[in-house]
Amino acid sequence: MTALAKLLRTTAFKIVAVYLLVFALFAAGIILYLGRHTQQLVLSQITETIDAEIRSLDEQYRIGGIRRLVETVERRAAQPGSNLYLVTTYSGDTIAGNLTETPNSVLERQGWSEISYRRSEEGSGTAARPSRAVVRVFFLSGGFRLLVGRDFEERDRLRQILARPAMFAFVLIVVMGVAGGIFVARRVLKRIDAMTATGERIMLGDLSGRLMVTGSGDEFDRLANSLNAMLERIEALMTGLKQVSDNIAHDLKTPLTRLRNRAEEALRGAKTEAGYRAALESTIEESAGLIRTFDALLMIARAEAGEARKGMTEFDAADVAESVAELYEPLAEQKGLHLEVDTKGPLPIHGNRELVGQALANLVDNAIKHGRPETPGSNGEIRISTGQEAGHVLLSVADHGPGIPVEDRGRVVERFVRLETSRSRPGAGLGLSLASAVAHLHGGELRLEDNTPGLQVKLVLPTTPHERT
Amino acid sequence: MRLLVVEDDREAAGYLRKAFREAGHVCELAADGEEGLALALDGEFDVFVIDRMLPKRDGLSLISEIRKRGVTTPVLILSALGQVDDRVTGLRAGGDDYLAKPYAFSELLARIEALARRVAPQAADTVYRVADLELDRLAHSVLRAGKEIVLQPREFRLLEYLMRHAGQVVTRTMLLENVWDYHFDPQTNVIDVHVSRLRSKIDKGYDKPLLHTVRGTGYMIRDGAR
Repeated sequence: MTALAKLLRTTAFKIVAVYLLVFALFAAGIILYLGRHTQQLVLSQITETIDAEIRSLDEQYRIGGIRRLVETVERRAAQPGSNLYLVTTYSGDTIAGNLTETPNSVLERQGWSEISYRRSEEGSGTAARPSRAVVRVFFLSGGFRLLVGRDFEERDRLRQILARPAMFAFVLIVVMGVAGGIFVARRVLKRIDAMTATGERIMLGDLSGRLMVTGSGDEFDRLANSLNAMLERIEALMTGLKQVSDNIAHDLKTPLTRLRNRAEEALRGAKTEAGYRAALESTIEESAGLIRTFDALLMIARAEAGEARKGMTEFDAADVAESVAELYEPLAEQKGLHLEVDTKGPLPIHGNRELVGQALANLVDNAIKHGRPETPGSNGEIRISTGQEAGHVLLSVADHGPGIPVEDRGRVVERFVRLETSRSRPGAGLGLSLASAVAHLHGGELRLEDNTPGLQVKLVLPTTPHERT
Repeated sequence: MRLLVVEDDREAAGYLRKAFREAGHVCELAADGEEGLALALDGEFDVFVIDRMLPKRDGLSLISEIRKRGVTTPVLILSALGQVDDRVTGLRAGGDDYLAKPYAFSELLARIEALARRVAPQAADTVYRVADLELDRLAHSVLRAGKEIVLQPREFRLLEYLMRHAGQVVTRTMLLENVWDYHFDPQTNVIDVHVSRLRSKIDKGYDKPLLHTVRGTGYMIRDGAR
């Protein structure tokens, strides 16, 4: 691409060109308008003067006849820079005046016309250069004809006077237009270029880069702010992803290693069919656990990416709470826990019933795992309740288990995080992560609170469809 | 049963054919969507097992085409995608059941047997009978040896599903899907507890147990004498 073609392609050039064109057209318009107006003004002044002259000469003629008229005309014509005068007989012979070579056709009818003429100069007798004038022919009562005219010289001079500054102004406007265009274009494009540069840097992998915000609150600031917010989210997601892959590496490798060890051990040690069978069965069991963990991870990832938003419908949250409670009630009873259900429906919300159900199931599952059976210190109750709060539906699961210390509450929703107290129990540490991801998918949140003693987990979901900002 | 398995992974397909034959079924294989369509339109099958991602013609389009041509044979969709939305789109395209990979073969077999039974006429019966156990779907009553057994609504639905598939293995996830309408995998043995409760109501005190646990797979109601 040649340098010129490159220049023509830049937005700066386009902006300047358009800016200049508009500016120049505007300036030319104003100048033309002003010039035309001035000319018309001058012309109307000329005609007024001529009209007044004719009236006064006509008056002289009425008062003193042709002689007085001739005298007056001679006198006025002798003055320098005067009007044009001509008095003729009916047949067109000149009686008085300072005009020579008048075409007869002009004198034959009354009214206005534009002529070119030569003024007869005093003394020299020679005719001067031809020039143009506007004249009015008037028939006097005695058959004489009177012509009064005025040179366009005045108008032309005025035009000259106007033309020079107009040209100057035009040039000035064009120069200013170009300068203004370049200024605006550079100012705008500099920021766009800066944004492009930042974008490229980010694409190269530096996710911490942010666009400059000047603080003026203009469109660029708003654009930069929203792009920065987007980058913020991308960075958070990337960090999450990295952390997850670290965790996956750690937490999936352990069962994978176990799996392999068992298989190897069976190959090495088992001598009987029963031995092989047992080893294979435990291998299958282990891989089922791995698949479950993997499925949960995928589900969390998809909930976090917002993919499940397509499958959202209206459903009754109270109904979900009841069905989940009903599902887990026998299990709780088996573990010596009371599952109390306190729902006040219907609580219509917009969301993914399946995911909300699973999130709640995870919470109840956790509560059953960690809840303490009926002992002197605890009544072994797990309480599932629903509530409402300013456009949100609350699904709450409370237990009287060991609870979660305040300092750990932010951490437990992360993937694979299990507190030491629960390491010995089954579970991959994904239950709360999934519940939290589901809450965020719906534009809500997961709250962990103290149940003194125990833990109360609240799934807070908005009742209306949520647009992620 | 005659089965058509449309699966592009040769090893997986070969494994399925072998396993189905061992279970006493006849199994034909198709390696891509077009071959699957030709076989499906041509042969007599009881159930189609169709992988969702296939060369030449993808699984969903294959199912739509089969349905458009008026073939009503039940379809089980196999897919590496296992999420809620995927299952919904699969069923909407004309599938009858959906199983996410990786799956246990026993789960697949149980579901295929349930699908084959679904088209059988006795599905419309109002009264299910297994030995001396009787369930009346209209009257919502359950009798064992002529004595009424009182069940909770969910226990009734659980028993109803088990009895509709009497003689067949019913897996835990099938129960969760069909009785509770949830498609997630509960982490603990919630279903087992429900089943053992039900068992204590219908089997306790009778000589012949009807509700059996199938090890590693699920449950089955059957007349022990057979």
